[in-house]
Amino acid sequence: MTLLEITDLTLSIGALKILDRVSLSIAPGEIVAVTGESGSGKSMTALAAMRLLPERAKVAGHVMLEGRDLLAQSEAAMCAVRGREIGMVFQEPMTALNPVRTIGDQVMETILIHGAMDRDAARARAREVLERVGLPEDRFPLSRFPHELSGGQRQRVVIAMAIALRPKLLIADEPTTALDVTTQAQILDLLKGLVQDYGMGLMMITHDLAVVSDMADRIVVMRRGEVVEQGATRQLFARMHHPYTRMLFEASGHRVTLPAPPPPAPLLEVRGAVRDYRLPRRHLMRDPGVHRAVNAVSFTLNRGERLGLVGESGCGKSTLTRAILGLEPLQGGEILLDGQPVWSGHRPNLAVRRRMQVVFQDPFGSFNPRHRVERLVTEPFHLLDSPPRGAARREAVAEALTAVGLQPGDAGKYIHEFSGGQRQRIAIARALIIRPELILFDEAVSALDVSVRAQILDLLAELCAAYQLSYLFISHDLSVVRTVTDRVLVMKAGEIVEQGETARVFAEPQHGYTRALLAAAPTLPEVGAA
Amino acid sequence: MLRYSLKRLLSLILSLAVASLVIFFVIEVAPGDPASFMLGINAQPDTVAALRAELGLDVPKAERYLAWVGGMVTGDFGTSYTYRTPVARMIADRLWVSLPLALYALMLSTLIACPAGIYAAARRGRPGDAVVMGATQLGVAVPNFWFAMMLVLVFAINLRWFGAGGFAGWDKGLLTGLHSLTLPAIALALPQAAILARVMRSALLDILGEDFMRTARAKGLSRRQALWRHAVRNALIPVLTIIGLQFSFLLAGAIIIEQVFYLPGLGRLVFQAISARDLIVVESVVMLLVFAVITVNFMVDLAYALVDPRLRART
Repeated sequence: MTLLEITDLTLSIGALKILDRVSLSIAPGEIVAVTGESGSGKSMTALAAMRLLPERAKVAGHVMLEGRDLLAQSEAAMCAVRGREIGMVFQEPMTALNPVRTIGDQVMETILIHGAMDRDAARARAREVLERVGLPEDRFPLSRFPHELSGGQRQRVVIAMAIALRPKLLIADEPTTALDVTTQAQILDLLKGLVQDYGMGLMMITHDLAVVSDMADRIVVMRRGEVVEQGATRQLFARMHHPYTRMLFEASGHRVTLPAPPPPAPLLEVRGAVRDYRLPRRHLMRDPGVHRAVNAVSFTLNRGERLGLVGESGCGKSTLTRAILGLEPLQGGEILLDGQPVWSGHRPNLAVRRRMQVVFQDPFGSFNPRHRVERLVTEPFHLLDSPPRGAARREAVAEALTAVGLQPGDAGKYIHEFSGGQRQRIAIARALIIRPELILFDEAVSALDVSVRAQILDLLAELCAAYQLSYLFISHDLSVVRTVTDRVLVMKAGEIVEQGETARVFAEPQHGYTRALLAAAPTLPEVGAA
Repeated sequence: MLRYSLKRLLSLILSLAVASLVIFFVIEVAPGDPASFMLGINAQPDTVAALRAELGLDVPKAERYLAWVGGMVTGDFGTSYTYRTPVARMIADRLWVSLPLALYALMLSTLIACPAGIYAAARRGRPGDAVVMGATQLGVAVPNFWFAMMLVLVFAINLRWFGAGGFAGWDKGLLTGLHSLTLPAIALALPQAAILARVMRSALLDILGEDFMRTARAKGLSRRQALWRHAVRNALIPVLTIIGLQFSFLLAGAIIIEQVFYLPGLGRLVFQAISARDLIVVESVVMLLVFAVITVNFMVDLAYALVDPRLRART
């Protein structure tokens, strides 16, 4: 008998249709992945099963849990179902826990709210499930607060809360998207183990096909509120009936061809760079000490070279980026662009600064919403002594927009009129407009859907051919770095542990950490590649 | 937590020291010599000089400052220029009216505002929310002396439940005293409650949109349980901040209400002292108010740490 049976689930908010006759089922002990790009309705399907939809949502169809239609239950009956029969894990572990209550308290709450046990038994159970998710008593007592834990540890607490009452069904909505690859691998292992131990059904929502390819029993592919294809994982990858599935698969593993780099001539030289942050003072008289975020980092980026920088969150990637941009001073070593220091005396060196530009991760937060595109892309002009005016300025804007695949006419629009991918194109146009010698891409494609990401990677390859770009591409996504860089640096705890040609590092990693990173990175199966 | 408290305490002492310096010298440079003011414009220079000596105004400023601070620490606030009575006693008499009034008003405002704010937030966009928000809009817009006059009109003159003004004193019993402070406390509390309710509502609405509220609902908490168990405590930080600010305002800012109800409070004392250039009284009352504000802020800081464990950890 199936555990969860969704039939013809239709959902609309106002005039907007979010889900259109979605049908899928999950058996006990089965892992079903629901995948698709943003706006495909995968999260809404999960929230509809939990009946945690926005108030104005109108739902039709059936969501049967062991023969009971959840859509027909009263709110009080649903409160008894949530947490007890269906557990849910969310994407963002940093904010999924209440910051002012201890982890023990929050895990116990699931048990106590359903009146399943008395306080002592609930405490024992909380202890037990935290142990099960890998947070042992001696290091993670129940009295810990969420802010004392890392992202991966917090996600373990959220999972512990969801499984405290051994629900029949666990829904995990992008549970590892916000985590590093090695942490992601551990959390995925944990979820698999729980399904095995408890015989739960698991609905796993993800935009990343590679994450679920070797763990899901079945895959449901959604697009714009509809299920376009579903089936057993291996058959689905082998057949890929629907062009959208094929497109998703191809976009996830998208490769581009870069033009060959010119013969090496140093452009950016980082020599023994050290960046310290003062720690908060704990004793009035004692020196508070420092945290060394970047420790004696040295590397050279040649003119026309595409260099990758990979590492997990907190390894010092972003700090190093800020230092290269001259946004923060170094405590040791030096950073030179074309022989000139980026930091001269007590201030950033403007002469160098105008030769570098940066593209950030968040296509939504990195633009002023009240400015038109023309003003946004011409922002770097303030670095120039005599910025172009009048017709020359308009021409520069038109050229930059055309180079990134937009229309010159887009200059008069506001940023909210563009999609995430288009915004990232505008960010690249903003970086290109003063023809910098070096561009830093700081997780520039990490927030994009796979199909959009593939387009931006293509754009980068085209721009490399047209403008002979030199860039430093910072990312935690190894598959992207693999295709858009010539050489790669691997950073761990503030130090570069390995560097070399990208193809070689990926094929024969020397350092143990690089090997661990590569082993943890999810990969697509080979079947569909043909 | 201990380290945090000690740090706050240190900052409290430093703030007091700086505040006392500023108050003393600002009032010293303010125009108007108390001696010549007391004697009138026709006074002989030597009479003025004699009075200045008698009042202790002829010694150097630094010495006078130290004497003033030293006196205050030991409870000796000096002698009023105009009334020729110890300032400490004058202030103490008034404080027995103003402090209970401020606490009374603060209690009322919190008791009205928190439920109203929570009610409105829980019913966002529905009629109940609109009614509460409309009422708070009115409460913020209408000045408190108008409320005071309306309260007198209805409850003192028409219904005769309360006296129209004056203070019965505490020696006739706690209830009699509170009874005569009730109308002024309500008049003071209503506008404050309106502000506080709006802060409570918007803080709660922010929290209700947080991810952990969705997590709480996914665990099986009802909307109401999630609100009370997870949202209210998180929303308390901004509310505590406003309560702290309001207490200092209520203690000193009640001049108009004290006038309307003819209460012998601190506000009226300061007003009279400023008109009479009774510098020593002004200085002392202002210093007392500063002391009250800083102490209240200290307590608010401690309350923050009780509410939010992240502040306890950050030393």
